[in-house]
Amino acid sequence: MNNDLKALFPALNQTLDGYPLCYLDTAATSQKPAQVLEAMDSFYRQHNANVHRAAHQLSARATSAYETVRDSLKEFIGAAQSNEIIFTSGTTQSINMLAWGLTSQLHQGDVILVDSAAHHANIVPWQELAKRSGAEVVPIPLTADLRLDIQAYQKQLDTLPVRIVALAHVSNVLGTVNDIKALSAMAKAKGALVAVDGAQAIAHHKVNVVKLGCDFYSFSSHKMYGPSGVGVLWGCYQELDKLEPMLTGGEMIDTVSFDGTCFGQLPNRLEAGTPPIVEVIGLGAALKFIKELPVEAFDHEQQMLNLLQQRLAQLPQVELYGAHQDNTGAVAFNLKGEHHQDVGILLDQQGIAIRCGHHCAQPLMQIMQISGCCRASVGVYTSREDIDRFITALEDAIDLLG
Amino acid sequence: MSASPASQDFLFDLVPLQSARDKVLDANNWQEKYRQIMLLGKQLPTLASELQCESAQVKGCESKAWLYYCKIDGNHYYLVDSEARVVKGLAALVIAQLQGKDSAEIAKFDPAHYFEQLGLAGQLSPSRTNGLTALVNGMIAAAD
Ligand SMILES: Cc1ncc(COP(=O)(O)O)c(C=O)c1O
Repeated sequence: MNNDLKALFPALNQTLDGYPLCYLDTAATSQKPAQVLEAMDSFYRQHNANVHRAAHQLSARATSAYETVRDSLKEFIGAAQSNEIIFTSGTTQSINMLAWGLTSQLHQGDVILVDSAAHHANIVPWQELAKRSGAEVVPIPLTADLRLDIQAYQKQLDTLPVRIVALAHVSNVLGTVNDIKALSAMAKAKGALVAVDGAQAIAHHKVNVVKLGCDFYSFSSHKMYGPSGVGVLWGCYQELDKLEPMLTGGEMIDTVSFDGTCFGQLPNRLEAGTPPIVEVIGLGAALKFIKELPVEAFDHEQQMLNLLQQRLAQLPQVELYGAHQDNTGAVAFNLKGEHHQDVGILLDQQGIAIRCGHHCAQPLMQIMQISGCCRASVGVYTSREDIDRFITALEDAIDLLG
Repeated sequence: MSASPASQDFLFDLVPLQSARDKVLDANNWQEKYRQIMLLGKQLPTLASELQCESAQVKGCESKAWLYYCKIDGNHYYLVDSEARVVKGLAALVIAQLQGKDSAEIAKFDPAHYFEQLGLAGQLSPSRTNGLTALVNGMIAAAD
């Protein structure tokens, strides 16, 4: 089934030094199906114009195509209204915009709880917000099996003046999943806002932001089979509408004069400047691709992750980190006594693409007391053959490092 | 003042290094090539832990690598160590070529050509996280 899927992704069909590419780095960025590339190409060829400036037919067409993607996204994540969908350049910009926009709502002594397993993009903007506002960033601890420590979290909520909780939906390093619904409810009970980084969840889970009960949800198109350069910040209208815009300028205003300027309504108020129009169109095609995938494609993907975990666990030289069966997308490991970079270089010789390093999660590395690790990650196109090839290549690397 | 190696530490035997380099050159598959690279790394002295320090660290490398340099009788000498075996081996390939050379010889060294000959052109790219580019540039700059 998924060899047919693989055929839809042109970049997966290539050889490196004589080895067919084995792409196990989808968590860094997914490959793109031809229909996404074609949608972007044909938009440039046939409909290209700026949006929201429709004095002419082409611009009207471009605007309507662009806004249709906003509507599809609303459906895709179960948002209440389309104007809760803000186009950004990606998760990093979404979270920065959010943290910036909340500045005046935070005060000296307020606490921002941040998931210890968070990506730097979900840590540093909160640290900067803390600097601006006098608030304090407090990490939420992990349990010994590298899941979020729910008891410790409850205790933090009970004892600290928590204003914001920043969580990863899925850890980009370990693939561990946070129960956002439960964690949100706990935070809401204390009146805190909940901001979720969905970068590693959006391509794998059926996300419904209303059911999750969070206030904000961010993700990147390029990790969900869409192009780079675009992402989304979703917020429930009431909270989103309170954010101060980080970027100001064209498109986001109602009226401008040198006596004073009036900002426009959502979503435009948070989308200053010409947006990544064609990337949004590409994201629209990626949404269509995901929506049309059969359920089995996602079951298969989960099987591939579990197979990866099992096959790695069978190698005595491998140390696995937080590899639970209910994880999503990624598995983290090291070869005992070996540097992760050596493993990456030796796998690269065999056409295996994985990521080795700190994965933009240095606090997590500190908790794990390692300088870095290897991460293999899967997508809907990952095949059993990819896993076999990866394990064989890893065995060869083990042999060489011997 | 941070610690630095004694000058006699730079004067290790180059013969095993150079013959190991020739084995890298002769390797006819990647497995053999990388096996020899890692063996080559083992020929380089290990830096004492107090020398594996921040101030000697080569930036731009995913693994930690440390570089020391000294000039003896007008010739240039290096010590390099790394956490990663392949990186240390790649560094050893450069040392095999540069150790004890004078400034004119160092100036003539063409890393791109050298790694090309060794069949390792890809490893020298600045877009790689192995830090080899930074290391080689650091070695050449030290002798300047
Ligand atoms: C969990 C998580 N958050 C944030 C990011 C940053 O995403 P982007 O680089 O697309 O802004 C990533 C991507 O690496 C991620 O995995």
